Amino acid sequence: MNELETSVHIKDLSKKFGDFTAVDKISLDVKKGEIFGFLGANGAGKTTAMRMLCGLSHCTSGEGTVAGFDINTQQEKIKRNIGYMSQKFSLYEDLTVFENIRFYASVYGLSSKKIKERGDMLLVRLGMSEHKNTFVKSLPLGWKQKLAFSIAVVHNPKIVFLDEPTGGVDPVTRRSFWNLIYEAAENGTTVFVTTHYMDEAEYCDRISLMVNGRIMALGAPDKLKKEFNVENMDGLFYLLARDTSTL
Amino acid sequence: MNKLKPFIIKEFYHIFRDKKTLLIIFILPIVLVTLFGFAIRSEIKDSKIAILDKSLDEMSIALSNKIIASRYFVNSADVETDSQLEEKFKNGDIDVAIVIPPDFSKNFLKLNTTNVQILADASNLNTATITKQYLSSIIGSFTVEKLSNPNIKEPINLSLRLVYNPELKDVYMFVPGLLALILMLVSAIMSSVSLTKEKETGTFNVLKVSPLRSYHIIIGKLIPYLILSIINVIVIIGMSVVIFNMPINGSYVLLFVVCILFLITALSIGVFVSSITETQQSALLLSIVALFLPTILLSGFIYPIENMPLILQGICQIFPAKWFIEALKTVMIVGGGIEFIWLQLLVLASMTVFFIGLSVKKYNKI
Repeated sequence: MNELETSVHIKDLSKKFGDFTAVDKISLDVKKGEIFGFLGANGAGKTTAMRMLCGLSHCTSGEGTVAGFDINTQQEKIKRNIGYMSQKFSLYEDLTVFENIRFYASVYGLSSKKIKERGDMLLVRLGMSEHKNTFVKSLPLGWKQKLAFSIAVVHNPKIVFLDEPTGGVDPVTRRSFWNLIYEAAENGTTVFVTTHYMDEAEYCDRISLMVNGRIMALGAPDKLKKEFNVENMDGLFYLLARDTSTL
Repeated sequence: MNKLKPFIIKEFYHIFRDKKTLLIIFILPIVLVTLFGFAIRSEIKDSKIAILDKSLDEMSIALSNKIIASRYFVNSADVETDSQLEEKFKNGDIDVAIVIPPDFSKNFLKLNTTNVQILADASNLNTATITKQYLSSIIGSFTVEKLSNPNIKEPINLSLRLVYNPELKDVYMFVPGLLALILMLVSAIMSSVSLTKEKETGTFNVLKVSPLRSYHIIIGKLIPYLILSIINVIVIIGMSVVIFNMPINGSYVLLFVVCILFLITALSIGVFVSSITETQQSALLLSIVALFLPTILLSGFIYPIENMPLILQGICQIFPAKWFIEALKTVMIVGGGIEFIWLQLLVLASMTVFFIGLSVKKYNKI
């Protein structure tokens, strides 16, 4: 694959903790601007794999690059070029909307001018301009999620990693969150998202399904449905994830 | 009542399965009782006393003998004048002195009020007060014995005068300890809680993924507390000097340096605590038990270390507050220069380096 077009490339990536293999020789490539769904049951190794991609932990074996940088030797460069939104949404509740934006933007090196520019743009896009000075703790959950996402991409990273970003909100709110993801992808940002919601899996360009540290399925949702002869991603999940979990 | 029972049982499960709570409920009281019971002795023994007897008559000699016969005091000097007393105090030959006025027997037997004065070294107010109590009880039983009538009003009026601090400048007593306490509280406790808060809420994960390095995060967290604590130092010392007229016999600059060094030591301990705890609650508990309490009890702030059993004295050495208060007292009260406190400064600096080193190691692993 063309180097410039590949956002994430991993080959035979493994992570062992003593005798326990959390990630077992996984390989995948994600194209620039792709929305890639990283699925799997709890304990399947998703978070461990993501940590390696984000430059947070070292691989036991295997190789990979994220945004063109080696995941074992160039971890600091990776961090500068990615965005991240954590499960707990990563916003400071006792800071206002704008204060959160300003903090993270400056951590990623944006100048004050840029911060104001991007910040205002972001608020307009989210329809939150009048809540610029509202404390985050007063915001409804759905708004917090969207704000967290926007902050994760405020510095225009090449890739953004989303760790279960839509937990706890209704399907309509989740759908409108995904509109933000589509927008980011259209602008060329690669989106790497983990989720438990199988309907969200359908929104992705391609997905991978991790079971017990291995990738059991990799490809576009439609293709996989045909390949495994299931009606929807739920079905795929039951088929593949349940098999090994009854062992 | 039936609805209550399952709830009570559940609560017992919570308590017994939480090691930290168990520690507080069972171990902490035992530790405190041990500390207060054995270590923080509010007792005196073999206190060096001199009796200045200006009467040298039957009753005064009887009283002197009674005092010396007690196990609390040891007659350490024979004095005949007030100035001799001062000299003995200065040399450290005596800790306490009693002055019996002239015409003691006459006044005593006639039930006229006689003033007996106790002179005590003020650098330990606790001991001085206890000394007064002991002497008071000795004199009380003397009075009963000699006058054979327990119902009469005590003719002996006992007064306590403190030397080396005649105006009872409490500020000497409490400012060093207070400084240690407040700095420990604001720096160590608050910084440890704040750092673990990031861990607890998950924002720390996001920070780790960002371009920020561990040391950025740590230093960024500590600098505000450093600045605020410096302001506290200035305010406390300022107030003590201006409002309470505490004199500072040493150099202000040195005083400031000592405070800042202790501040940094306290902060480094706070960071270390945060690196080994996951929740704010643990951070707070650990800080209070391991830092705050020892600073109050084992630093020489209230209870002098010399009065403690040897083992406990050894334990006191590992708490930075002890070294800080020593250095502080030397600079503030005695007016010593850096040559007197180099050891304390060295100890504090080494502790800082040690804790920061450990913390960075731990944080890099997360």
